[in-house]
Amino acid sequence: MTRHIRHAAIFCALLLAALLVNATRVQVVRSASYDDNPANRRAAIARYAQPRGDILVGGAPVTGTRDTREQLRHERTYRDGPLYAPVTGFSSQVYGTTFLEHSEDGILSGTDPLLAPFPLWNDFTRSRPPGGNVVTTLNARAQRAAYEGLARRKGAVAAVEPATGRILALVTAPSYDPSVLSGNGPGVTEAWARLNSDPDRPMLNRAVRQTYPPGSTFKVVTTAAALDAGVIRNLDAPTDSPAPYRLPGTTTSLTNGWKECENASLRDAFVWSCNTVFAKLGVDVGLTNMVATAEAFGFNAADVRIPFSVAQSTFDTSLDRAQLALSSIGQYNTRATPLQMAMVAAAVANGGQLRPPYLVERTTRWSGATVATAGPRPARQAMYPSTARRLRQLMTDVVRKGTGKNAAIRGATVGGKTGTAQHGIGNAGKPYAWFVSWAQADRDLEPKVAVAVVVEDSAANRRDITGGGLAAPIARAVMEAVLTS
Amino acid sequence: MTQAGAEALTQARDGSDPAVRLPRRRGIELALIVLAVLLSVYGYCAVGLARNGAVPPGAAGYGAGLGVLALLAHLTVRWRAPHADPLLLPIAVLLNGIGLVLIYRLDLETPGDRAAPTQLVWSTLGVALFLFVVAALRDHRVLQRYAYVSVVAALALLTLPIFFPAVNGARIWIRIAGFSIQPGEFAKVLLAVFFAAYLAANRTALAYAGRKIWWMQLPTGRVLGPIVAIWLLSVGVLVLERDLGTSLLFFGLFVVMLYVATGRTGWIAVGLLLAVLGAVAVGRLEPHVHSRVEDWLHPFASIEAGQGPNQLAQSLFSFAAGGTLGTGLGLGHSVLIGFAVKSDFILATAGEELGLAGLSALFLLYGLLVERGYRAGLALRDPFGRLLAVGLASIVALQVFVIAGGVTGLIPLTGMAMPFLAQGGSSVVTNWAIVALLIRVSDSARRQYDGKEAP
Repeated sequence: MTRHIRHAAIFCALLLAALLVNATRVQVVRSASYDDNPANRRAAIARYAQPRGDILVGGAPVTGTRDTREQLRHERTYRDGPLYAPVTGFSSQVYGTTFLEHSEDGILSGTDPLLAPFPLWNDFTRSRPPGGNVVTTLNARAQRAAYEGLARRKGAVAAVEPATGRILALVTAPSYDPSVLSGNGPGVTEAWARLNSDPDRPMLNRAVRQTYPPGSTFKVVTTAAALDAGVIRNLDAPTDSPAPYRLPGTTTSLTNGWKECENASLRDAFVWSCNTVFAKLGVDVGLTNMVATAEAFGFNAADVRIPFSVAQSTFDTSLDRAQLALSSIGQYNTRATPLQMAMVAAAVANGGQLRPPYLVERTTRWSGATVATAGPRPARQAMYPSTARRLRQLMTDVVRKGTGKNAAIRGATVGGKTGTAQHGIGNAGKPYAWFVSWAQADRDLEPKVAVAVVVEDSAANRRDITGGGLAAPIARAVMEAVLTS
Repeated sequence: MTQAGAEALTQARDGSDPAVRLPRRRGIELALIVLAVLLSVYGYCAVGLARNGAVPPGAAGYGAGLGVLALLAHLTVRWRAPHADPLLLPIAVLLNGIGLVLIYRLDLETPGDRAAPTQLVWSTLGVALFLFVVAALRDHRVLQRYAYVSVVAALALLTLPIFFPAVNGARIWIRIAGFSIQPGEFAKVLLAVFFAAYLAANRTALAYAGRKIWWMQLPTGRVLGPIVAIWLLSVGVLVLERDLGTSLLFFGLFVVMLYVATGRTGWIAVGLLLAVLGAVAVGRLEPHVHSRVEDWLHPFASIEAGQGPNQLAQSLFSFAAGGTLGTGLGLGHSVLIGFAVKSDFILATAGEELGLAGLSALFLLYGLLVERGYRAGLALRDPFGRLLAVGLASIVALQVFVIAGGVTGLIPLTGMAMPFLAQGGSSVVTNWAIVALLIRVSDSARRQYDGKEAP
């Protein structure tokens, strides 16, 4: 019997070995894949177990946390939700995160390895440090001025600091309150459905995720290309431009709103926004130079991040001469985000140097100690400094005596360019009103702000839709807010 | 048989040389018990510290309660079974203590349902039964006389729940005065006693009579008849009650004991054949069982179907979340498993919060318990004692395998209590009875030690 007891004991030992091997399989080998299973609630529970870090504007948090004591415990709250929605995005237990809440999630939720006191500390202790804070570059007053300027109209504003690329304002309208998407309740699903079915698309971030035909504001780029390429040497010499201008190879003729565009000088054409002059100028500059300059300003750049991604602004690279003519006045396939057009104005204001825009000044620990700073970013030469200097003159003239008078600020030099962009099939849509500008207070050494405003106002009378009328006052309010801060 | 055993015992007593006598090691037992109680109290405090940042107010009372129970058990062993194996009692105390800690920890997640106090009452009852068995049963061979009483009692206990309403699909509980009792738990000890006595008496006939087919020696119908009938009856009752875990346990116990008693590989072949037939038949006929097998093969099928994770998937998530070192007591989320998290799935909490390290330690504790049982069986000279020791140890081994394998996805899940750990009064009382009997047989084994086979 002894031998058989031993056999039975070996059998039991095999059972034990099987249990141990299987436990190792589940707890070690397959552990990661089980942890990552979307049906496993643990990651979500851990994520919401502690308060989320805050997003700061002007030193004050624009976000907060509410302790619900439920399974997914802490819910996000927003101060001035609609005002900052295009920057913060939302943080929802159901629908995830967007914008800064998404791209800075590691810092805000506390999982970023930089937050750990020592390397691998969090893995070892299985703890998670309190969420860090994200300090934005936004100027609270400029942001509010832009949001209030848009009022109930559809549109977007982007403002940057030309010398650094810091984004000072990023506004979209209509907006929404991201608080309604926090939490788990049935209200969240309802709000999500409501926001998504809204024809005005309040969750669309028009400042960075929507491209518009830039219209006449693109003439800044065309001018830069012409000056850089040496096609125009004297701003005040008459250009050899017919009006109306027949698009090369077609029977379509381009006309102007202003009568004196025929053979107008570049200065007059810029100040009065002559389509004929710039369409011809684009063709004279040629596709290669136009594309090179547009790309130097940031067009066609894929995967721009501020740190969340920005929609690609485009300038078509294969065009016939008629298409090039239209593209040069910001029509045809030319499309730009408001942020891109703010960058164009900023490059002019900054002596031709383009600083990549960014939104996060620095990230800090919960205690306030800095984790990472934005740091200096390499500038790109968008045009010659001489070209920039001449363009500043032209843009200043627009505000002083041309289409952009509404943007003038006492005690400051303001340069701008209006635009009224046609769109839709056969240009049937109500045009978009554009204004891009920069401003330098008399006491400052350099321009402090560059701004782009687009208003897509379907309520206004078609004739009243002009960049100078609708968009320039908003740009002016934003620039004033920055200059007086 | 009894006489032969008694003779062997007398011989061993008279003829043993004091020089080869085994040390009693009661002091070591006491030291290990103190360690086991301290570990349990530590676990209790760790839960409180992790959850509320303070030692829970009941820690002293809990430690004192467990300590007094363990001390009483130790004193009784000193008094009545001074030669007993010194590891058995500390292992039982430690497992029971950890079980109470885990249940207390899960009570914090379910404020409306506090199971730990009840479990402590049941543990007290279990220890009381332990004291009674160790004190009253002077010699395990006495049990041999009650073989047929045991089997009748076992069948009665198994049949009883049929007359009570089913709970969660299984008809295995009876409710008396607010307490749920699972009579099947007690039945397994009684069946082990019966199997041991019957096989000890008839093992020669079982082993050497009968026809030989190929290499297998088949036993004669006369000796086989009663045992198969009783086995079929018990399994039939279990299938009717839909308690497949216990059914599997009985079957395994039956095959192991038959093999040990007769040494016939034919029994294993017959056993496996019956097992396969039974499994296929039950799997086909019982939708309940069929779904368990499906869950085992595809634990995440319900997730893919968009219905969320089922209990087994949640259990696997729980084990996986523990990783190597665990989250720490009180910091896991095994409560996501939901229903039966304190009973059938208690091991998931251990796996998540103590990690693979803690889980392996638990498995090795069970392994050690089983090993001590087998060792007593090897050292004993009387066949009944040997079979009883092997049977009791095998109950623990099989039960641990069936439920631990079930919740970790090794085998299809069948509802069963993890010995000592899981919530369930009948289970904890039965396990204390098993440990009491193992103490009793190991006392005999070590007392009659002849210097050859060290238990």
